[in-house]
Amino acid sequence: MRVKLKIWRQKDANSKGAFVNYDFDGASPEMSFLEMLDALNTRLIEKGEDPIAFDSDCREGICGACGMYINGYPHGPVKGITTCHLSMRYFKDGQNIVVEPWRSKAFPVIRDLIVDRNSFDKIQVAGGFISTNVGSAPDSHAIPVIKEKSDHSFDSAICIGCGACVAACKNASAMLFVSAKVSQYAQIPQGKIEAKERVEAMIQKMDELGFGNCTNTGACEAQCPKEISVINIARMNREFYVAKIS
Amino acid sequence: MTKLNSKIPSGPLAEKWTKYKDTANLVNPANKKKLDVIVVGTGLAGASAASSLGELGYQVKNFCYQDSSRRAHSVAAQGGINAAKNYRNDGDSIYHLFYDMIKGGDYRAREANVYRAAQVSNDVIDHFTAIGVPFARDYGGNLDNRSFGGVQVSRTFYAKGLTGQQCLLGTYSSLNRQINKGMVTMYPRQEMLDLVVIDGKARGIITRNLITGEIERHSAHAVVLATGGYGTIYYLSTLAVNSNPSAAWKAHKKGAYFANPSFVQIHPTSIPQLNDFQAKLTLMSESLRNDGRIWVPKAKGDKRHANTIPNEERDYFLERRYPAFGNLVPRDVASRAAKERCDAGYGVSDTGLAVNLDFRDAIQKQGKKAIESKYGNLFEMYETITGTSPYDEPMRIYPAGHYTMGGLWVDYELMTTVPGLYAIGESNFSDHGANRLGASSLMQTSGDGYFILPYTIANYLSDEIRTPRISTDLKEFEEAEKEVMNQLEKLISIKGTKSATSFHRKLGKIMWDYCGMSRNEEGLNKARVMVKKLKEDFYKDLMVPGGLNELNQELEKAGRVADYFDVADLMITDALNRTESCGAHFREESQTEEGEAKRNDADFMYVAAWEYNSSKQIHQLHKEDLKYEEVEVKVRSYK
Repeated sequence: MRVKLKIWRQKDANSKGAFVNYDFDGASPEMSFLEMLDALNTRLIEKGEDPIAFDSDCREGICGACGMYINGYPHGPVKGITTCHLSMRYFKDGQNIVVEPWRSKAFPVIRDLIVDRNSFDKIQVAGGFISTNVGSAPDSHAIPVIKEKSDHSFDSAICIGCGACVAACKNASAMLFVSAKVSQYAQIPQGKIEAKERVEAMIQKMDELGFGNCTNTGACEAQCPKEISVINIARMNREFYVAKIS
Repeated sequence: MTKLNSKIPSGPLAEKWTKYKDTANLVNPANKKKLDVIVVGTGLAGASAASSLGELGYQVKNFCYQDSSRRAHSVAAQGGINAAKNYRNDGDSIYHLFYDMIKGGDYRAREANVYRAAQVSNDVIDHFTAIGVPFARDYGGNLDNRSFGGVQVSRTFYAKGLTGQQCLLGTYSSLNRQINKGMVTMYPRQEMLDLVVIDGKARGIITRNLITGEIERHSAHAVVLATGGYGTIYYLSTLAVNSNPSAAWKAHKKGAYFANPSFVQIHPTSIPQLNDFQAKLTLMSESLRNDGRIWVPKAKGDKRHANTIPNEERDYFLERRYPAFGNLVPRDVASRAAKERCDAGYGVSDTGLAVNLDFRDAIQKQGKKAIESKYGNLFEMYETITGTSPYDEPMRIYPAGHYTMGGLWVDYELMTTVPGLYAIGESNFSDHGANRLGASSLMQTSGDGYFILPYTIANYLSDEIRTPRISTDLKEFEEAEKEVMNQLEKLISIKGTKSATSFHRKLGKIMWDYCGMSRNEEGLNKARVMVKKLKEDFYKDLMVPGGLNELNQELEKAGRVADYFDVADLMITDALNRTESCGAHFREESQTEEGEAKRNDADFMYVAAWEYNSSKQIHQLHKEDLKYEEVEVKVRSYK
């Protein structure tokens, strides 16, 4: 199948980028979107041209490395999946496809479709942990955890840190990302001890790094490949207020 | 020939680790601050080691090629993590876990290491629980378990099909805590390109900054490799597309012996290849075999839709051949059985290279909801990729390269043959023998990093407290850096016509055909010649666009592919040397009348540790004899 690609090319962070058109006839419906880009890159390489740079690693939707805007949607037009899981069977022969990197001030472009998401790590470093040293843990059954709470904690914990929520948000807010971590720990007894310090430190770091505030439009949840719920944001706000008044 | 000293403590098996800990040297807190440790890799092994060493007070530098330490491929492990908790009251114990691993590994693993891995398994689960890893729980609030292949108890802890992700993000959070405290410095998007050895000791690494292309020197009192396996040798595998053995291989060329390279696990349940441009194969967790039944039609070339084939015309070949373990036989056995049926012409799908994994009976018996709660995300993933729903029709699966039991040779202290260089997790060879059992990888890799290495490295570093910080201006750093630059310049200046990936793909096909699930002398010899020829073509016709001093993904790939040729050659050498069949290593010349693997304990009960002789550019074999003091060595049977 043939696709008409319009892809953002940018040499490095300091260079000016631009869209470049590629009329590519080597796609097939069994391919994933990234395999289609691989195939296009092979042609470019064989001609001695620079291939289109993009991040990807596990190619099974779990590492969070891949991510790009495809026809105006983070990770493409199919709900609940990462770019590496997007299949070419969702596109029509001859279709125009526009591909851009994540668009957010907090995620500067490194090259082509690769952005710097180091700010996500910085937020986690600020407080996304439980302070238990190796060797000091009690038996796992010493503290039972209500199944429902534990399941909810899991639902928050499945964030892959890809950045689609920020890319989707008009304010480039990282609230869904941060709240997923805060919620994961807020719902289990092990996480309660540092709940106040954690939510304050993570939110402060998030603000410092230039992420915007929540728009309440829910674009983040709609575009999240793991379909993480905005309930997490409500929970984080509650945790934050409790921390501020206690 | 150098004698390999595995440094196994004397005394009864169950007391060895305690005895080791009681007698190992310690480093006092004031001295720890003056000691630098480099950890390469941020998977479960690397992140757990780096965070634990940080907690202890060492100055740690942690490297990964990904943009964030959270993306290491441990993240993709699905089914679970084993521990000998016996929470089910089903007769499990440390001994049973140990025994299952020794037997599962087909009596080619070191008893003392395996026993220790089983001993620390319970601590690993407790630690993960304490740092907030949301393992599945029952309504009483306690942790739930499920069963995995090759065992008769339920000892596997899990978090739906995302156990690896949850464990890895747990270690990532511990790592972040130490970064926060200034104990660990993180170096993402850095690839290790050489090991620096000074006066016979590992003292640092050379890395390439993958954004700027700058070559950097980093020094330390000890170096820990947690860089995973070499399963990407097949090109198509369940690994991440960038997973690679280059760091371990560079260490091997600098003196670290490489053990049992031919022991590679081919996982039975992966989604089959769908197109020629496919970049990887996606695993479907072994846990699915708890409820899924594997079958092919009884009639050759039966092209009817699976749902229309009645029961009596289905061949549930694992249940037929292995009634005691049925669908839960170990991975090597299941993979070979599937290959046997497909080779004989009974495979399903257009290619004939697939078998059915059917949940019809389980859904009928337990209800769709129960199956959804156990495997929901795996079913979704399958549907996303293939476009068909496992709730409505069987999954189609086929074996894929998955895990390497072989790796850098390490002693009981997890130290390689280069003093001060450690290898942990999948990058070492020690605990899984010739075949790994499901859910024991997360267990071993976390045990190494959290509970074993922190003790054993202290025993070495206690002698280094008088060594001042190592300067990176030493001539050994300069030489290593020069060597790295020469290789990069060589690769970029070939300016041929083919991409690095195209060579990798060809290499993978050769290795899959001749050094995969089944091997024979003729094929291996043929493969060796083909690999050599391909390597020559690579150095003539490789095309790497772009420059050295910029982000250049093709350059990264080319460097890795260059090393794959050499890894492939050593795998073939090892597979030729071991004329027996054992575990995942199946030599067609050595099988029973029923087609089961036939071991040769008289001649091959040893670890094959290969030394690279850099002056002669050849590999020399060293044998570490395996002694089984606790376990009676038997024929491994799952019938």
